[in-house]
Amino acid sequence: MTTNKTSLAVAALRNGTVIDHIPADQLFKCVKILGVENLSNQLTIGNNLMSHKLGAKGIIKIADITFPEKVLNRVALVAPTAVVNIIRDYHVVEKRPVVLPQTVVGIVRCSNPKCITNNEPMATRFEVVDAESRTIRCHYCNHATTGAKADII
Amino acid sequence: MNQHSLVSISDLSKEKMLRLLEQARYFEEHPNHKILDGKVVGTLFFEPSTRTRLSFETAVNRLGGRIIGFADANTTSSSKGETLKDTIKMVSNYVDLIIMRHYLEGAARYAAEVTDIPVINAGDGANQHPSQTMLDLYSIYKTQGTLQGLTITLVGDLKYGRTVHSLIMAMKYFSPTFRFVACDELQMPKEYLKYCDEQGIDYSIHTDFSAEVINTSDIIYMTRVQRERFTDLAEYERVKDLYTLHNAMLDNSRDNLRILHPLPRVNEISPDVDDNPKAYYFNQARNGLYMRQALICDALQIAPDA
Repeated sequence: MTTNKTSLAVAALRNGTVIDHIPADQLFKCVKILGVENLSNQLTIGNNLMSHKLGAKGIIKIADITFPEKVLNRVALVAPTAVVNIIRDYHVVEKRPVVLPQTVVGIVRCSNPKCITNNEPMATRFEVVDAESRTIRCHYCNHATTGAKADII
Repeated sequence: MNQHSLVSISDLSKEKMLRLLEQARYFEEHPNHKILDGKVVGTLFFEPSTRTRLSFETAVNRLGGRIIGFADANTTSSSKGETLKDTIKMVSNYVDLIIMRHYLEGAARYAAEVTDIPVINAGDGANQHPSQTMLDLYSIYKTQGTLQGLTITLVGDLKYGRTVHSLIMAMKYFSPTFRFVACDELQMPKEYLKYCDEQGIDYSIHTDFSAEVINTSDIIYMTRVQRERFTDLAEYERVKDLYTLHNAMLDNSRDNLRILHPLPRVNEISPDVDDNPKAYYFNQARNGLYMRQALICDALQIAPDA
C-alpha cells in the first residue's frame, strides 16, 4: 500500500534515471552533487517519502538522461543507501547501488578555513580513508571530515 | 610534479630516511662542499620564519649555490592578489629548486603539483614541516647511535604541535616507546593515538611530568605551551609551569638522555638546564643545517660526495 502511495506521489518516468533511497536529510546535497539544477530536462524531486528502510527518503527523477557511473557514484559520499535505476520505456533496465570512489574531486569544500583550497582558485581533492564511516581527508591540508558533514560546493 | 619534492614526512620511505641521515652526517664532516655551483635556489617565505629561512639559506650558501627569494610576502605580487600557482609558475622559470614556507595549510602540496621543478616544504601553516622532523631524527640518531627501540617522552603542547605529530610518523619504522606528557587540554589528539595503535607503537599518557618518566627516557622532546591555545585562561595559569624542565629534575636521569626542543623556547626549559651536557637543543638547531644540505642535494639529485 505504502509503495503504491509513494509511486503515485512521484510521476512515472518513461526514459531516464532515478536515484532512489536517498536519506531525506541528504537529498538536496545529492541534487547539488549531480548539478541537476542546471539541466533543462524534466526533473522531479521528492522528499520525506515513506520508506521501510530509511523511515523518510528522498528521490530524484531525471527524464531522458543517463549519467556516467563515476558521476552517480559521487552521491555515495552523502547517501550511501542510494540506488540508481535506469529506466527505458517505463521499465527498470538496470538497478545498482552507488559505490563510494577512492578520491573525491571538486565536490566537497574543505572545512579548514586555512586550507589552500579555500584561498586559491583550484579544485578540492579528498581521499577516502575509511569507507565505512565515509571519512575523507583533504589531499592538501590533511583535515578529515565525514561524508554526512561534508560541505558540498 | 617533480618526484623529488619533499612535502610531507610521510613521503619518505625508511630507506630514504636512513640515506638522508648518512648524507647529513657527510655534510657535518664537509659543510663547505661546493657542489651546487651554477644552481639557483628560490626561497619563498610567504610567512616570516627567521630560523628556518636562515638555516636553509646557509645550507645553500655553504654548498656554493645562489639564492633568490623573499622573506616576507608583503613585498611580493601575492600582496597584489596574484595566485600561489602563478607565483610558483613564474619563479619556476628562474630557479632549480623552490624552498617554500606558507601560512596556508596544503600550500606546499599544491605548489609541488603545479611545477616541474622540485619543491621543499619549509612549513605550511600547522600542517607539515618535514625538514624539522628530519633534523629531529638526525639529532636523535646522532646522540643515541641508533633510532631503534628508544623511549621518547614528548612534553607540552601535544595537541597543536606539528613537530611532535610528524616525529611520531617518522619514528614508526623504529619500534619506539612514546610517553605523552601534557595537561588534558593539550593531550595528543585521538587520531594520533589511533595511528600509534595501527602502527603497533607503544605509548603511555601522563599528566604528571614525573621523575619516573624523566629517569626512564632516552629523549625528552619539549614543546612550548602557548597561551593562545587555551580557551580557559585560568587553566593556562594553572598548567603553564607544570611542564617546565629544571636542571635538578635531571639528577637521576639516564646518561644517554638528551633534551630536544624545536625552539624558540620561552619558559618550558629553565635556563639552568642550558649548561647541562644533556641539553641538546642548540646543537639540534645546528644539525638542521646539515640535514637541510642533505635534503637540498636530494631534491636536486646531486650526490653529496660528487
